[in-house]
Parts: sequence; C-alpha cells; structure tokens
Amino acid sequence: MLIGGVLLIADLRYNSLDHSRAFLDTILSPVYWVADIPARIGAWQDEHIRSRSSLQEENERLRREKLLLQGRSHQMASLQADNARLRALLNSTALLRDDVLVAELIGVSPDPVRHQVVLNKGERDGVFVGQPLIDADGLMGQVVEVNALTSRVLLITDSTHSIPVQINRNGVRAIAEGIGVLGTLEISHVAATTDIREGDLLVTSGLGGRFPVGYPVAEVAVVERDPGQPFVRILAYPSAALDRSRHVLLVFNADPVPASD
Amino acid sequence: MADEGPQAYWVILASFLVALVLAVLPLPQWLLWARPEWLALALIYWTIALPQRVGVLTALSLGVAMDILEGAVLGQNGLALVVVSVLALLLYQRLRVFSLWQQAGIVFVLIGIHQLICQWVQNLEGAGAQTGLFLLPALTSALLWPVVLHILRGLRRHYEVT
Repeated sequence: MLIGGVLLIADLRYNSLDHSRAFLDTILSPVYWVADIPARIGAWQDEHIRSRSSLQEENERLRREKLLLQGRSHQMASLQADNARLRALLNSTALLRDDVLVAELIGVSPDPVRHQVVLNKGERDGVFVGQPLIDADGLMGQVVEVNALTSRVLLITDSTHSIPVQINRNGVRAIAEGIGVLGTLEISHVAATTDIREGDLLVTSGLGGRFPVGYPVAEVAVVERDPGQPFVRILAYPSAALDRSRHVLLVFNADPVPASD
Repeated sequence: MADEGPQAYWVILASFLVALVLAVLPLPQWLLWARPEWLALALIYWTIALPQRVGVLTALSLGVAMDILEGAVLGQNGLALVVVSVLALLLYQRLRVFSLWQQAGIVFVLIGIHQLICQWVQNLEGAGAQTGLFLLPALTSALLWPVVLHILRGLRRHYEVT
C-alpha cells in the first residue's frame, strides 16, 4: 500500500516515471493487439465477405466522390496560387503544407472517464509527444505518450484537455475545453457581447504552438446568454468522429514545438 | 514446488493475462460504464483459493500493469487492487465457507471499494466521473462472480494448481 502511495505521488506530482512507464507500456502493448483481434476479424469480414451489388454500389459512390473532389481540387490550385500571392503582398509567412502519417486505432482506454486512444504507430515511425491527431473531419487530440511501437493520444474531449480555437467566420479567439463527455466541448470565458452564434465552425488558431492552424475542431451547438452572468455558456460538438474513426492521421508540423509540460 | 510449480504459475499467469485483455477489450458505448473489473475478480478468486501464492505483491504488479494499459496515474489501480487483496486475505477463511451468493455480496463490496479508490485518485488528478455510474462495475462484477468462480475453479482443479 505504501509503494502504491509512493508511486501515486511520484507520478502525479513529479512526472518522474515517464521512462519506466514508456518501457512498461512497450512490454504491455501486445495486450492491446490481442484485444483488437475481434475488431480486426470484423473488418476483415467487411472487406472479404461482401455481396457483388454492395461492392458495385460502393464503387459507384466512390467514383462520384472522386469526381466531386477532383472538381474542387481544380479550384483549389488557383485559390492556392491566389492565396500565396496575397500572402506575399502582405509580407506574411507562406503557409506550409503539413505532412501526415496514417495510423490505425488499436485500443481505447477502458476507463469511460479517460478519453484516450492507442495508435499502432510509435517512436519507430517518428511519432512525438504533443503531435496533433486528426481524422477525415477534424482534430481529434494530441499524443501524450510514445513508446516503441504504439502511442497514446489524449482526445480533445478529455476533461484535462483544452485547445486554443478561433471562430472561422470572424476570427474571434477562445479556448475549447473538454468536459469528460464524449461529443461535447465547452467554450469558457467568452464575454457576453462576443459575436458567436450557433452553427459557427471553430478551427485551431495555432496559438500556443502545439496545433497547426486551420483544422476544424468543433461546431458551436448551444449558446446560452444569461444577463446575470459575465460570460456566455457555450457548448460545441467536435467535428471529428471521436468514437468512430479507426483510421486517423498524425500531423507533422513544419517545425514541431518540443513538449514542455 | 519443483514438481508442480512451473505449471501452477503458468495457469495463474494465463488467467491474469486473459483478465487484462478482457479489461481493455473495446465495448459498445452503452456498456462502457458497466465493464466488470475482470482483473479484480481474478485476483479475488486466486487470493481466496491460494492465499499462500497470490497476495499483495501480485496485486500491486497487476495494478501497475492495468494503470499502464488504462493510461491512468501510475498506482491508481495498484493501490485499489492492493486494498482489495488485503481485504480478501483477511476474509478468505470465511469466504471459502460462504454460499455462492454470499460470496457475490462480498465481491460487490470489494469491487465497490476498488471503484471508490480509483475514483478518489482520479479526482486528485481532476478527471473524476461526473455521475455515480462509476459504481456500476461493482454490480456487474458481483453478478459475474459465479461464472468466474466456476471457470477458474475448473482450471485450478484440472491443472492441479496448488
């Protein structure tokens, strides 16, 4: 019991066990691999045992999507050129395209209070602590622990996580905090007069240097203005499919800021 | 010890590994809060059955393993499981003569204590649960106790673990 107490204090207060933790985590990662097997079998069945018609349907859908995206990307090229020109005119730094690494989710923290997931990419693939994680729809979280073959990601909805955001419409800055409920973020300390509406898209602001600029984070869902309160109560729903995505992207910034906490 | 030692350890270790895998197995959203504490169940069984083999040190190492898997503060589950094992060690003589459902009642209390300690540590960290649902595993674990008991007892008798 004493050892347990000492461990608790050492980890909670001094963060002094990070190395032994990463080491033990590497040893224990097979447990996650094994626990992932049922899901893997399900995915395999999805891929291999399917009717011809459903495949054709999917093919059709993908073709349509491709056409759509191609059309958009034509526009994108000219817009990008425009953007670069304007930025040059304004003397601001060029936007750098971020590199990404595709990773697969192999585990979820069994504790419903702790919103963490385990990925199948680790130190060997160049993952680092503080690295942002996105899925097709938006920002998911950041890497908090890296070991040889896997890494652990803290989701943006965890109650110990907050992230600097701005409203896409008008650039108002705010902080989005997780409240420990999957699928809800709270925007705190927004003055009652701030121009913020339901349906506003919140994107990363890049302040703090941890997350790159411009990834969608959440959509404002509830704005409650109480004249008696100095701040508005705002709830937002994360854009990323935090509880559904299996394939995710790890983003490599142009110059990663070393983790400092 | 030399003749059946290795085999005995093998069975105990395997059951704990299975419990660890079950403990991190992905569950659907609505079942999340009701996940039985497999590790604590296996630990309680082995402590009652073989108190000379499985005790506080086993509990501590299992707890630390669980902390790592869960991404919790190191020592959270360690502390909780140590308390559970100490209580089980104090009670094992009585527990052995209890009927099945009386045992399940004690298991309910033990797992409840386990959950309370975990919750307490998480609150220290500022990540506690907002609802009382965190006590639900105590109920599901107690309901599953007869199943765990039969499986592990079968294993113990079959492999003659002493």
